[in-house]
Amino acid sequence: MLRRMDAAQALADLTEISSQVVHVAIVDGEGTVLATTIADAGRAERFVQGVATMLEEAENLRQTRGLPGLSQLEAATLEGSVFVVRRESDSGPRIIAATTRPDPTVGLVFYDLKHCLRSIETATPANGTPRRTRKKAGDAA
Amino acid sequence: MPRRFLTAMMLAAGSLAGSVLYRRRAARRLERVDLYADDGSMASIAAGSPDAERLVTLARELVVLAR
Repeated sequence: MLRRMDAAQALADLTEISSQVVHVAIVDGEGTVLATTIADAGRAERFVQGVATMLEEAENLRQTRGLPGLSQLEAATLEGSVFVVRRESDSGPRIIAATTRPDPTVGLVFYDLKHCLRSIETATPANGTPRRTRKKAGDAA
Repeated sequence: MPRRFLTAMMLAAGSLAGSVLYRRRAARRLERVDLYADDGSMASIAAGSPDAERLVTLARELVVLAR
């Protein structure tokens, strides 16, 4: 079973594990940034807005092509790739977006991003209050 | 002498043109948008098609922004 953790910790683990990922942002369904590796707040905000626009464009494209619901995408450029994974959780949709170096190992990047989302999605239940487990008497020490 | 020079020039021009064509084709193959659906299906759209151009442009901006 996956260990529950907050978004910042999940992001730190992701960047430590995946050498291909350059920058990552985790966003909730309302566009609120839960965690990001982009230090500058303004740039992080612009990045998240760009990802939202990308998702809208991709959604239009999906409808045009008659595909079922969009779950993830990769946009590859000569300078690097942008990966976006969308996943429903108990507390609503979560989106993780990452940039990588050029010609990344696509399957591996998607796996790492999904793993990161999975590791945080059960940390916050639907009412937004983190779940707590009662400590056993023996755990106090 | 002029004939040798002409041959060398033609070879050089041919190599240059070939290299440019190869790079263009490689770039076209590399730049693309892959959309993955819930059911596991995937649509790959090459850059250059009007559908993908807007997404690839956005991706370029994001990659530069996140550097």
